[in-house]
Amino acid sequence: MLLQQLTNGLTIGMIYALIALGYTMVYGILKIVNFAHGDIFMIGSFLGLFFMQEFRLPLYLAFLLAAAATAIIGILIERLAYRPLRMADRIVPLISALGVSTLLVSLAQKLWGTEMHPFPTAFGSRTYTFGNVTFSEIQILILVLSFVLMLALQLFVTRTKTGIAMRATSMSLTHAALMGINTNRMISLAFAIGSALASCAGIMVGIYYNAVYPTMGYMAGINAFTAAVLGGIGNIPGAMLGGVLLGLVETLGGAYISTQYKSVISFSILIIVLLVKPSGILGSKEINKV
Amino acid sequence: MTDGASKGKILEIDGLQVSYGAVQAVKQLNLDIGAGEIVALIGTNGSGKTTTLRSISGLVANTRGRIRFAGADITKLAPHRIVGLGISQVPEGRGIFPDLTVLENLRLGAYVRRDKAEIEADIRRMYRLFPRLEERKKQAAGTMSGGEQQMLAIARALMARPKLLLLDEPSMGLAPLVVKEIYAAIRQINQDGVSVLLVEQNAKMALGAAHRGYVMETGRIVVQGTAAELKSNDVVKSVYLGSTV
Repeated sequence: MLLQQLTNGLTIGMIYALIALGYTMVYGILKIVNFAHGDIFMIGSFLGLFFMQEFRLPLYLAFLLAAAATAIIGILIERLAYRPLRMADRIVPLISALGVSTLLVSLAQKLWGTEMHPFPTAFGSRTYTFGNVTFSEIQILILVLSFVLMLALQLFVTRTKTGIAMRATSMSLTHAALMGINTNRMISLAFAIGSALASCAGIMVGIYYNAVYPTMGYMAGINAFTAAVLGGIGNIPGAMLGGVLLGLVETLGGAYISTQYKSVISFSILIIVLLVKPSGILGSKEINKV
Repeated sequence: MTDGASKGKILEIDGLQVSYGAVQAVKQLNLDIGAGEIVALIGTNGSGKTTTLRSISGLVANTRGRIRFAGADITKLAPHRIVGLGISQVPEGRGIFPDLTVLENLRLGAYVRRDKAEIEADIRRMYRLFPRLEERKKQAAGTMSGGEQQMLAIARALMARPKLLLLDEPSMGLAPLVVKEIYAAIRQINQDGVSVLLVEQNAKMALGAAHRGYVMETGRIVVQGTAAELKSNDVVKSVYLGSTV
């Protein structure tokens, strides 16, 4: 029972981690919380569904195309909704983010309706049992793909010239510019990567719960934001750790206390972290008010 | 190349004005740097020296006037393009990337370059200029002492192979022995053919190294001349040299 719950918690935790990375990369560079990120996750899920339904594409192609399209949407959102406000007071892009969030939800409702859509794939229903833990196919996909994506991201930001330049940009926009780094391009790249990861998470969640709907980004977004804050917002390994921890705590709490308390648990964690250690587990000491 | 009296101008600033909201930080500034020169820009805190450097590097949006580098107008260029043309800056407070290693910081300095083998050769040159950087190459830059960080910041700026190096207060907060070491390096860099604009509150050190100098007060140049002229100028002596000796 415990081992099974840990597996389930890890699965949802990996999803939170993937989404949290988008929050943390954007916050790291621009010091704004992209409150539309949960809805980018939702759009990514719908795009995966769209490519599979309309073009009968195989799942892996749906992943690739949806991730690419969502990355472009992420870049456009930054260009249109945040970049013109770069010099404005910090509260202004926050309001713009809420506007983008509403826009994306309304757009999805207009295009696909307000109801839940099942995911048109037979994939994911088969199960495998190891000892007394049962994995569904989709759980294995979530665990493996999330791990591979996060490993790839970690290698990118620590081993490549562009990745290190992106980290330098998140340490200081001004000093990165003085190195000859095109900081606007780094910001676009952070949005692209974050949005692509959210899209992959969205498709996997769509399959896992067999449901895609316009408001699915709301709770997922808040939970992932909590995960990012828990790990230390702005910190990439922190977002991964925060996501996994939150998934575990939430699932164990749901199993041993009551599933009714799932949201209570994640909001309590958010409030406690903000009160006790606002910089999060791996975050640096200095933290600005969001 | 190494002749400080060479007539070719590498940087020419004409009528630079910079405002932050209602505050005019720089008013009608004219300044030029000859190829191969070390030029000192001295003045008290808040006189507009740092704003001038930030304007040259393209970091300030609201500028009027014209800045030309090697004949080309760079006034409206983005900061990364200006680095690509050959102007590197060692910013106030050094601006090293604290979580990156010394070696990663150096490599970022060469971000605009593509010549891999030459970059590696330049890293070895930087280790000869500042041997302590080699000892600490795998260390996070933020864990080093202030003097070591200043050395890293200078070496990192040189990794772009600039024609003009802008230095903002390289002696600030450092022990006298370290300041001497830094200034020896600045002279060496200049002898290797890099023009230098040196912003300092420490007028004695700056005028000791520079060929020419400008004195800035509340956004304007109030005195200019050769380093020898400035050292014997009464205003400079009483305001800037008297208090720092």
